[in-house]
Amino acid sequence: MLGTGIIQGLAATAKNFVGSFHDPERFVTVQYPEEKAPVTENYRNFPFLVYDDGQDPMGTLRCVACRICEKECPPQCIYIVPAVDERGKPRKHPRVFDLDISVCMSCQICVEVCPFDAIKMDQTFEIAAADRFRGLLLDKHQLARPNDYYRQIHPAEAAEVDARLAGEKRQAEEKARLAAAKAASPGPARPPASA
Amino acid sequence: MSAVPTPDSLLERAPLLVRDWVSGLFPASWRWLTGSLLAIAAVILGFGLLFTLLTLIERKALGRMQNRPGPNRTGPGGLLQPIADGIKLLVKEDIVPVAADRPLHFLAPVVLVAFTLLSFAVIPYGRHLLPVDLASGVLFFFAAGAATELAVFMAGWSSHNKYSLLAAMRALAQLISYELPLLLAVVPVVMLAGTLSTAAIVAGQGRWTLGFIPHWWVGTPCGAAGFLIFMTAALAESNRSPFDLPEAESELIAGHLTEYSGFKYALFFLAEYLGMTALCAMAVTLFLGGWQAPCVWLQSIPSYGWFFLKLGALLALLMWIRGTLPRLRLDQLMRLCWKFLVPLALINLGTAAFWHLSAGWEPLPARLARWALALLLVLGPFAAIGRRLGAGVERRRYRYAPS
Repeated sequence: MLGTGIIQGLAATAKNFVGSFHDPERFVTVQYPEEKAPVTENYRNFPFLVYDDGQDPMGTLRCVACRICEKECPPQCIYIVPAVDERGKPRKHPRVFDLDISVCMSCQICVEVCPFDAIKMDQTFEIAAADRFRGLLLDKHQLARPNDYYRQIHPAEAAEVDARLAGEKRQAEEKARLAAAKAASPGPARPPASA
Repeated sequence: MSAVPTPDSLLERAPLLVRDWVSGLFPASWRWLTGSLLAIAAVILGFGLLFTLLTLIERKALGRMQNRPGPNRTGPGGLLQPIADGIKLLVKEDIVPVAADRPLHFLAPVVLVAFTLLSFAVIPYGRHLLPVDLASGVLFFFAAGAATELAVFMAGWSSHNKYSLLAAMRALAQLISYELPLLLAVVPVVMLAGTLSTAAIVAGQGRWTLGFIPHWWVGTPCGAAGFLIFMTAALAESNRSPFDLPEAESELIAGHLTEYSGFKYALFFLAEYLGMTALCAMAVTLFLGGWQAPCVWLQSIPSYGWFFLKLGALLALLMWIRGTLPRLRLDQLMRLCWKFLVPLALINLGTAAFWHLSAGWEPLPARLARWALALLLVLGPFAAIGRRLGAGVERRRYRYAPS
């Protein structure tokens, strides 16, 4: 009959109304500043720089200032000046690494192109600043995060990166060992290259 | 049926004592004026406060119905939210469009609030609390209520904005259409009570069977039907969901309120809630026994307490409906009015006539036959018209994308 649907609807809202007082499970809202909804592992917003040793963050930044990310960045929010030694030779270390997160579009291309796994995506979203020019332009000190932090926010991805880096390191050591062994006992079968 | 005892406790007379004390401070020749001014001040202050409270309660209740806590940041449990809202609206810039008709644009909210406040004058809030005792109070109430429709169109026309104008035309169509069932639903009560005076209508409902079955008009078949039609039409008259098309935010920007900001917008908002409250108060007066207690031995509670209890219950019902029903389309709205409510209200006049003429059927079988016939007269057309309206309209089936 006409009107039964209205009564059913009224019953549904009444159930919600009464239930919301004794069943906190019903609430879908999160009281934000006090409690936070967990972010998913794949959530990303802005990049950060990875370092390995907590004692010496700036010394163990993985970034070698190759400037690939700077060139690839679509909105061009990355600015890098490589460090140089006294003879003007690049020191494989950024002197300046600035990232303007008011420009960054969170595309993750810098992370994809980095050959050294030095830049990764962060998950912090409380980045409001009173000064939109200075407050959102982050330098390398503000961008640096330990590798442990990376493991914490992206566990699966970090494990894969760690395994790859460990493998590369092992290969490099193996190579170095072979090279050292070769240098120590030059075989007669193969003449030295300089000859 | 028991006689009408007239308990007049101190609490019952308290408002009168306050009024007499205050007007006693003035010279005797001024007292007629101070009495009226006090009544006006009490209505404006009382219902102004009720309005601020209602906005908060409505938001909290709607939140609970949607499993949200509602506003809970300002003050303890969000109690100061209306004050924050008020300050926000007061300090906002008041923008008048360049092309607007300035006097009309300014007058529209003022006229709306003024006419809405006028309708509060004839509502009996308690045994001794009736600001103006007009012989044709019901007529005055609906005349003042109908004048508010003018203000809605004034707002739409003077804004010089096509959205405002279109929305105002829609609003006017809705308001005038629903004026008809609203008035027709009242006629049975006037027929049965035999008077247009609100005080007399309430006094006529002050009888009880066995001391606990009140003789309110909602207890008769024609009164119950009239009450339902009245409340439906009242929802539409006060632009409440599910009939809130005049200011449907998602369709019309904000309807006739598009070009209003700051305090003028607040006045529209105030008028909407006041109008809703006034219509509910009229429904209480006409159908729910006004300030009469529901049973004889509860008369020790002051009469204005009962009135505001019933008013609160009706307002809560409107909030509940707002939290439940989605907005109608304009054609559905008009169909509901002209093809459903108006015929039912007209048939209800016949039912009321029957009920009035069969009042003398005293023996029990005759009385049962009277009830059966009246119920048939109410439910029969409801089912028949409902079925005809629903014919050819299938239950909507929702198809979702395959997952």
